[in-house]
Amino acid sequence: MARAATSKAASSGAGPLSNIKPYSASTDEMLRFYKDMLLIRRFEEKAGQLYGLGLIGGFCHLYIGQEAVAVGLQSGLDANKDSVITGYRDHGHMLAYGIDPRLIMAELTGRGAGISRGKGGSMHMFSVDHKFYGGHGIVGAQVALGTGLAFAHKYSEDGGVAVAYFGDGASNQGQVYESFNMAALWKLPIIYVIENNGYAMGTAVERGSSETHFHRRGESFRIPGIQVNGMDVLEMRGATDMALDYVRAGNGPLLMEVKTYRYRGHSMSDPAKYRTREEVQDVREKSDPIDGLKKIMLEAGISEDDIKGIDKEVRRMSNEAADFAESSPEPDVAELYTDVLVGSY
Amino acid sequence: MAIELKMPALSPTMEEGTLARWLVKAGDAVKSGDILAEIETDKATMEFEAVDEGVVSELLVAEGSEGVKVGTVIALIAGDDEEQKPNAAPAQAGAVTEPPASSGPSLRGNEAPVTKPMAAQAVSLEGGTPTTVREALRDAMAEEMRADPRIFVMGEEVAQYQGAYKVTQGLLDEFGAKRVIDTPITEIGFAGIGAGAAMAGLRPIIEFMTFNFAMQAMDHIINSAAKTNYMSGGQMRCPVVFRGPNGAASRVGAQHSQNFAPWYANVPGLIVIAPYDAADAKGLLKSAIRCEDPVVFLENELVYGRSFPVPDGDHSVPIGKARIMREGSDVTIVSYSIGVGLALEAAETLAAEGINAEVLDLRTLRPLDKGAVLASLAKTNRMVVAEEGWPVCSIASEIQAICMEEGFDHLDAPVLRVCNEDVPLPYAANLEKLAVIDAGRIVEAVRKVCYR
Ligand SMILES: Cc1ncc(C[n+]2csc(CCOP(=O)(O)OP(=O)(O)O)c2C)c(N)n1
Ligand SMILES: [Mg+2]
Repeated sequence: MARAATSKAASSGAGPLSNIKPYSASTDEMLRFYKDMLLIRRFEEKAGQLYGLGLIGGFCHLYIGQEAVAVGLQSGLDANKDSVITGYRDHGHMLAYGIDPRLIMAELTGRGAGISRGKGGSMHMFSVDHKFYGGHGIVGAQVALGTGLAFAHKYSEDGGVAVAYFGDGASNQGQVYESFNMAALWKLPIIYVIENNGYAMGTAVERGSSETHFHRRGESFRIPGIQVNGMDVLEMRGATDMALDYVRAGNGPLLMEVKTYRYRGHSMSDPAKYRTREEVQDVREKSDPIDGLKKIMLEAGISEDDIKGIDKEVRRMSNEAADFAESSPEPDVAELYTDVLVGSY
Repeated sequence: MAIELKMPALSPTMEEGTLARWLVKAGDAVKSGDILAEIETDKATMEFEAVDEGVVSELLVAEGSEGVKVGTVIALIAGDDEEQKPNAAPAQAGAVTEPPASSGPSLRGNEAPVTKPMAAQAVSLEGGTPTTVREALRDAMAEEMRADPRIFVMGEEVAQYQGAYKVTQGLLDEFGAKRVIDTPITEIGFAGIGAGAAMAGLRPIIEFMTFNFAMQAMDHIINSAAKTNYMSGGQMRCPVVFRGPNGAASRVGAQHSQNFAPWYANVPGLIVIAPYDAADAKGLLKSAIRCEDPVVFLENELVYGRSFPVPDGDHSVPIGKARIMREGSDVTIVSYSIGVGLALEAAETLAAEGINAEVLDLRTLRPLDKGAVLASLAKTNRMVVAEEGWPVCSIASEIQAICMEEGFDHLDAPVLRVCNEDVPLPYAANLEKLAVIDAGRIVEAVRKVCYR
């Protein structure tokens, strides 16, 4: 459950990590956060709809409810240096990076114009240009891979930081701890972001995790952890700035537990009988990240009209992405055999 | 402008469902996120949410309606804003309301699922109760668990969720949380726990949500389970069953669509079973659970929902014995798992052309029933192996090797293999269809070996 979490640092010795301040965003920045989050929401709703129409197949994991995490965090990264990796719930992280929604939607419908040429699908999307390394279907794999990205940052002394997102469920995989140990041992520049949305498929965190305070999961490796309210984009951004300072200063890895919530089923085919409708409704009403920011924006004097304008623009963008994804052709059949290997032998 | 709400596809393989309940009525205003209806699939009841805002103008399908095809217009919503686009994409409009042709419903517009319908032959229900493969597997576990308290089931979502694919449905209710155990997502951990518990004398059934995730657990399956008996000079056994769906599902992409049968079949010390129909699913799983050796039991998601007759009572099937699914004299088609259905379909087509094909279902891949393969070859002198999996170092190549080494004198033509294309499985519908074997390709290969 996403209890409206107050942020805290795990270890008292964390010094510079002890107080997370919400980011004080300018009007323009707020408008941008709002637009980016709303785009994810509308895009994902559209994707759900196209799934229902049979235009998207297989597994399709929506990010609705978790928008503030990717938007708050990635707005703080330096897209020219830093790298990002995540699991299969990846559409939102790509949109937060400003990747063209049409290319993402076309990947979902399996079209040649998709970002992976239609060959990857919902779970397998990448944009090397943005240093976005996927899009991985095997729970936990992105943690070791992300640690590899961090290793490369350190090795090539490029000043970049890697961000590896994974779920509360993924955080029980063994390779996560093997990675933690090496990252701490070698002081690798990585932020491990546990998106704790309360459930791993149908398993509530208390049923799958002996330590449910995920920000403590790095303690045996001396990795400091912080807990952040992932339903609040400004707090996400504030925490990110602090985390980046810590990691960029050469202190090694940091663990960020983000308390968030997914509104939809695990994937499109999840009946979600493991929680009540009221529980979902309650989070939606009390802690929705988009409504929350909207309130702050209104208080800051941004007009309803400006906000409505964004709503319209975002709807247009997601409709356009859907139209593009429906009307663009399937991949050329010759694509079946391309990209298996890089070289010819 | 009215927005058409269509019966949604709520899972990768859903083609129709029951509209169980409407939660809105004509005249209700709805907004994105509101739950409109409950829809039942063969696996679950799902909530159907609104995406657009507007007012429900008409419900077109009454609640309680069964067999509502995906894509059927079930309600109309009057949009309140010119920004809102109709949900109905004209591209699919034509395809959605027609009843499906029995040869392959194409309800998803141009994105017909790769799921093949059951082979066209009439399935005899004599001497058995029609049962889905899913139920047959569950029945096998339940019957064995009643008989032997050492047996327990462990895996991700097997208990409270009733199984990610509902194979363990009802087991928690009957056997309780001591014997039906939900695990965290920690495959190498619980596979090792299963192997260790088996060494200590228990009878674990370890479910992998799919065998794609058993890759995480490979070490315990191969280094721990498969070698224990040998390394201990026969002192220490490891009677564990590792089971779950294997092979390509539908549109789930490269990391979730692979047939690991040849990988496991390569390993001495393992039993590898891959049943096709419900009777074998039940009978072989029962034998696997009773068996003293570690078993890798490979199921297939696409056949879980298919129904076949299952003999009543304590039906078990011996490990290591192939079976002839269809007698023939001109050529043998060897297959296993989902490929058997395709082979039977191909045999029907071939029969119409005057080619009388024998279909051999291997059932157990290790130990392989060489005798049955060679006997059929001696009878027909021609062979094609159909395998839903990659061709290189496959079960098909193993069969070819056996025929070369031990059946050479009986060969009137080279043994051909019909496998998936040698590429990671693509997501795009058109490419996926091209990548995976189908009956047509088996027919072609048979014509070739028959020189037709
Ligand atoms: C190794 C592995 N095991 C199991 C799965 C099936 N699976 C996919 S997502 C998932 C739940 C993951 O939950 P969590 O890590 O909390 O992430 P969330 O889905 O909540 O974002 C499971 C069990 C998988 N993809 N990979
Ligand atoms: Mg989760």
